[in-house]
Amino acid sequence: MATESSNILEVQDLTMHFPVRSNGLIRRVTGHVQAVDGVNFSVPAGGSLGLVGESGCGKSTTGRMVARLLKPTRGEIRFEGDDIANLSSRELKPLRRHIQMIFQDPYGSLNPRQTVGAIVATPMEIHKTVPEKNIKARVQELLEFVGLNPEHYNRYPHEFSGGQRQRIGIARSLALQPKLLVADEPVSALDVSIQAQVINLLQEVQREFNIGFLFIAHDLAVVRHFCPEVAVMYLGRIVEIGDRDTLYNRPLHPYTQALISAAPDVAQAAVGGRRERIRLEGDVPSPINPPSGCRFRTRCSLAKDICAKVEPPLLQVAPRHKVACHFAGELGKVPTRPVTADFLGVDDAGNPVAGKQPMPGLESPDFRDTWFDLPPQG
Amino acid sequence: MTMTPHEDRVVGEQLLTVKDLRVHFKTHDGMVKAVDGLSYDVARGQTLGIVGESGSGKSVSSLAILGLHRNTNATVTGEITLGGVELLTLTDEEMRRKRGRDVAMIFQDPLSALHPYYTVGAQIAEAYRIHNDVSKSAAKKRAVEMLGLVGIPQPDRRVDDYPHQFSGGMRQRAMIGMALVNDPGLIIADEPTTALDVTVQAQILDLLQKLQKEFNSAIIMITHDLGVVAEMADEVLVMYGGKAVENGPTNELLVHPQMPYTWGLLSSVPDITSDPNLPLRPIPGNPPSLLSPPSGCAFHPRCTFAARVPDNLCSTTVPALEQIEGKTFHLSRCHLRDPEAVYHNEVLAEGPAGASAIAAQVAGVLPNAPRHLDAEGGES
Repeated sequence: MATESSNILEVQDLTMHFPVRSNGLIRRVTGHVQAVDGVNFSVPAGGSLGLVGESGCGKSTTGRMVARLLKPTRGEIRFEGDDIANLSSRELKPLRRHIQMIFQDPYGSLNPRQTVGAIVATPMEIHKTVPEKNIKARVQELLEFVGLNPEHYNRYPHEFSGGQRQRIGIARSLALQPKLLVADEPVSALDVSIQAQVINLLQEVQREFNIGFLFIAHDLAVVRHFCPEVAVMYLGRIVEIGDRDTLYNRPLHPYTQALISAAPDVAQAAVGGRRERIRLEGDVPSPINPPSGCRFRTRCSLAKDICAKVEPPLLQVAPRHKVACHFAGELGKVPTRPVTADFLGVDDAGNPVAGKQPMPGLESPDFRDTWFDLPPQG
Repeated sequence: MTMTPHEDRVVGEQLLTVKDLRVHFKTHDGMVKAVDGLSYDVARGQTLGIVGESGSGKSVSSLAILGLHRNTNATVTGEITLGGVELLTLTDEEMRRKRGRDVAMIFQDPLSALHPYYTVGAQIAEAYRIHNDVSKSAAKKRAVEMLGLVGIPQPDRRVDDYPHQFSGGMRQRAMIGMALVNDPGLIIADEPTTALDVTVQAQILDLLQKLQKEFNSAIIMITHDLGVVAEMADEVLVMYGGKAVENGPTNELLVHPQMPYTWGLLSSVPDITSDPNLPLRPIPGNPPSLLSPPSGCAFHPRCTFAARVPDNLCSTTVPALEQIEGKTFHLSRCHLRDPEAVYHNEVLAEGPAGASAIAAQVAGVLPNAPRHLDAEGGES
């Protein structure tokens, strides 16, 4: 049973619009890149949520807002129940020790002029969590935990390989004993044989310290391996979120279905044969001027009138499964009429029905105990 | 002389044969043996996947086929025969005429491979005019035709676009169009989809396969992604430390891998169907230094089975790339006795996620697999 307190992080209506300015002296705001537009999700304490999607879908921006490297345009980020979305940088300082980040690029995220010891020690010096004289011992302990030689604390980042540098970044993120780690593509820059070392280390970190993870990656197999729950993003919105078995085996959103069908499958290929791919036509539309209604409709084979008129809400359809599609259904079993029309107060073509109002509070960060059953399909 | 691979493989005409290729770079710190005695071949209409980590020599060996190490500090020895012509002894001018006409390359990053100052059409037309005596307008027509062939919408308008006006997937399509403009027998694709998103990757791989059928070209697909190799390649060559360590038909190599490094690769990546409760089994340690490679088998410092081989053979003697007994075509470079039994009884018994998913697929039991449905909803 999910209760309020079991989630370390709850995100509601989180939105990031970056202004686009014209050239010239005045630099008027001519539009907004709607990088993230109203996402809702939660991360259980000590659990992990995977965030997948293609480049430009807003997954990294979401991670950066959660770590408060960006100030959201709108929405709430509730960390242990307190909204941190609008805190000033002074107010954020005590919070930083609880939310840390692991970056993709192990070369760019370490200062080349600092020794590894200094890199890992800096957070403890700033936050004064460890007495000055114990810092070195603590650094060596951390280096040892992430699988590096503790005697190497006075070496520089360039003396380490990519995998070792990523371990240094992990040691740094653990220095303050955070409760939530935002890992943005933590293994995609590494060689395959090294990726597994780092994934196993992150799993050990999670077990050992009971840290919640927001795990952002584009590799569907890696996310499936690491995260019991996965959210799929498209053009700034979460289109489907659910436990990994449901999401990967019975996805209900046409975009998730296409994404999963496109992932290479070694096991399937080993016995000869390849999954039928669902082709997506065209490119992702511009986030400056996203399509009306459902953002995926321009590339969706199911799109009908309603999809252009009303945006589908992220509806909970099973104990741990939500989907945002008017025609949500398993592949090849498309419902004949929109499953969402009754909740939205519109008819099947998406036109408002007089006297009917959209049902309030359709979307929430958490999963509820009651949900909407999809009509039986056949 | 190293053995000639594939002697007993029944195949069509081998378009490309590489024999005992060595590419060595002289550096201030010593000789870097990037490729050290590599032999393989590819037939027309076939795809060879070359897999390996950074520094394994997979890209360097393919650049040698294109003659891109000429006039550098590299020493290239061995034999590279393309369509019966020995490439290493050609003059620069003769090689220039081959390049683009008989062998073409698709690079990983299409944005830096395309010139930002010229239109996409002009660059494709140039590649065509260099090898064909045609007018500018005929070359442009050919460029439009190629863009249409690789699936660029409105090719007659997009031909005048600059690379920055194309999306990542379209740029890679344009690169493929440029590579195919002279209908080369051999295409080398170096990580062609690594920079692309997974849905675009799927489009590009489908396109390459479709065009390969149409043009009957041979493709060498260089990648670190086993998934891409598994779906694209007829045969796989696994490289480690500048040498081939295993080579065989794709299905055979994935189901009956012989060399501990290949086991490591299969065990360290999760598959999209693997049981998430199973662990990943990483390969310990780091890839070898090419400046001072380990003695004996380059993989032995990371190999958990080296201790099994008597007399420290692994650290003293480089194993030969040998045909596996009882197989028509499957080569492996390893001292370990009866590797197939070791793999099935010990490696798979530990239940590494990726390798177990393959074994489960072979056995036909796949509790957690996504169901494979075609668009009509039938199980495929």
